[in-house]
Amino acid sequence: MTAAISIRSLTYRYPNSHRNVLDGIELDIYPGERVALLGPNGSGKTTMALHLNGLLPIQAGSITIQDTLVADANLADIRRRVGMVFQDPDDQLFMTTVGDDVAFGPANLGINPPQRDLVVQDALAAVDATHLAERHPHHISGGEKRRAAIATVLAMSPDIVVLDEPTSGLDPVGRRELAELLATIGATQLVITHDLPFALATCPRSVIVDQGRIAADAPTIDLLSDPERLIQHRLELPYGFQLRAPGA
Amino acid sequence: MGGGHAPNKIHDLVISGESSVHRLPPDVKLVALVAFVSSIAMTPRHAVWAFAVYAAILAAVTAIARVPIAVIGRRLLIVAPFLMAAALVPFIGDGPQTKVGPFNLSTDGLWAAWNICAKALLGATASILLTSTTPIPDLLVGMTRLRVPRPVVSIVAFMVRYLDLLADQFQRMRLAMAARGHDPRWLWQARPVASAAGTLFVHAYERGERTHQAMLARGFTGHMPDLDTPTRSSGAWLTALGPAALAVSVCIVAIVQ
Repeated sequence: MTAAISIRSLTYRYPNSHRNVLDGIELDIYPGERVALLGPNGSGKTTMALHLNGLLPIQAGSITIQDTLVADANLADIRRRVGMVFQDPDDQLFMTTVGDDVAFGPANLGINPPQRDLVVQDALAAVDATHLAERHPHHISGGEKRRAAIATVLAMSPDIVVLDEPTSGLDPVGRRELAELLATIGATQLVITHDLPFALATCPRSVIVDQGRIAADAPTIDLLSDPERLIQHRLELPYGFQLRAPGA
Repeated sequence: MGGGHAPNKIHDLVISGESSVHRLPPDVKLVALVAFVSSIAMTPRHAVWAFAVYAAILAAVTAIARVPIAVIGRRLLIVAPFLMAAALVPFIGDGPQTKVGPFNLSTDGLWAAWNICAKALLGATASILLTSTTPIPDLLVGMTRLRVPRPVVSIVAFMVRYLDLLADQFQRMRLAMAARGHDPRWLWQARPVASAAGTLFVHAYERGERTHQAMLARGFTGHMPDLDTPTRSSGAWLTALGPAALAVSVCIVAIVQ
């Protein structure tokens, strides 16, 4: 089976920095998988995600999305296939209404207006946000902003959705609703987070990134049942959290 | 984060209502405003009757739009600094003098002050009427329809989108300063405020970078897409330009006189 995302020896160093923030990442993610990318702050999770969409130039190594190499010549195609949901929805919702924001991606893809309106309606309906179309992004709640940001990506019918810290700023109900929403999205998903219960609820498989390398790759429940390994990578289950397999 | 919703933000300028003024297309209203304000600006200051006609037109539009006078009055405070500056002119102008109460004032200065006050108040009232009856996203659509260059519309749109966010952030910084006992009363105590402003500038710059990335991620190639679905009726142009056309004629008569 062709991997949805295939990363080989990806290495990256920020300008004026003396250490590799990514140091030989090797990872395969298969179509339809939901994978959590875990790791402490500064471990390189977001830097890796930015590469998947061609937002950072590849310095060394390679990334293949389905059968297409991430390279300048294929950027438009890659950006259609890989949707990025950024950490702060206020960065992502930059138009004056939520509806216009959802229409931004399809318009860039050159979808004609009648077709585009349908796409926008479908994307908003998929995140249960049809009523937000005419609202200004400043006037909606944190959970609504997050759903709207996801709709802006779904409107481009991506094959892969990358979510960067999707639970930041959400209250517990918002987090549960988001987990339920992600389960309804058919695309391959890569969820960057250090919210371990959320990772367990949404992603059967987890990958730990530490110091720019893949430190572990296993079923989420197995990783979370190994407290020593978690501590080794500055990860920790919340106090009082009882580990049990999802659905158990 | 969260849906903080304080009044008097840039998006809350619209006084909701269902008047014919509210329903006019935004591009038409923008053209009417520019024509109206230009007429006011070009009217000779001695044509006092012309300013009375302008005021009457504005009063009529206010009544039709059912915008409360109190709202207009409150928003007019924004021109207060200009009015105060204008009030000084009669005291410092030279030339022939006129006695007003205990003061000997410059006649020319009095006319200059009248000119500034009348034009500032009338022009501001017209703009307030526009923003009270037209949501800002609609104004942006209007600007696009009027072929205002797309980068200019985009800049205004981004400003509208992020101004409140920055204002919120500055408010939080001020609270955090006050919570630690900062109580600026004098100019030399302004340093923390200035450094907060600097921090805000850096935050705004970083946000710009992140937003640009978010746009690139959705296929942005340097041109804002046209999301406008055009609707326009010629009847609307006649209705909206009525008051503006009247103002232009008044202005021409006043100049020719």
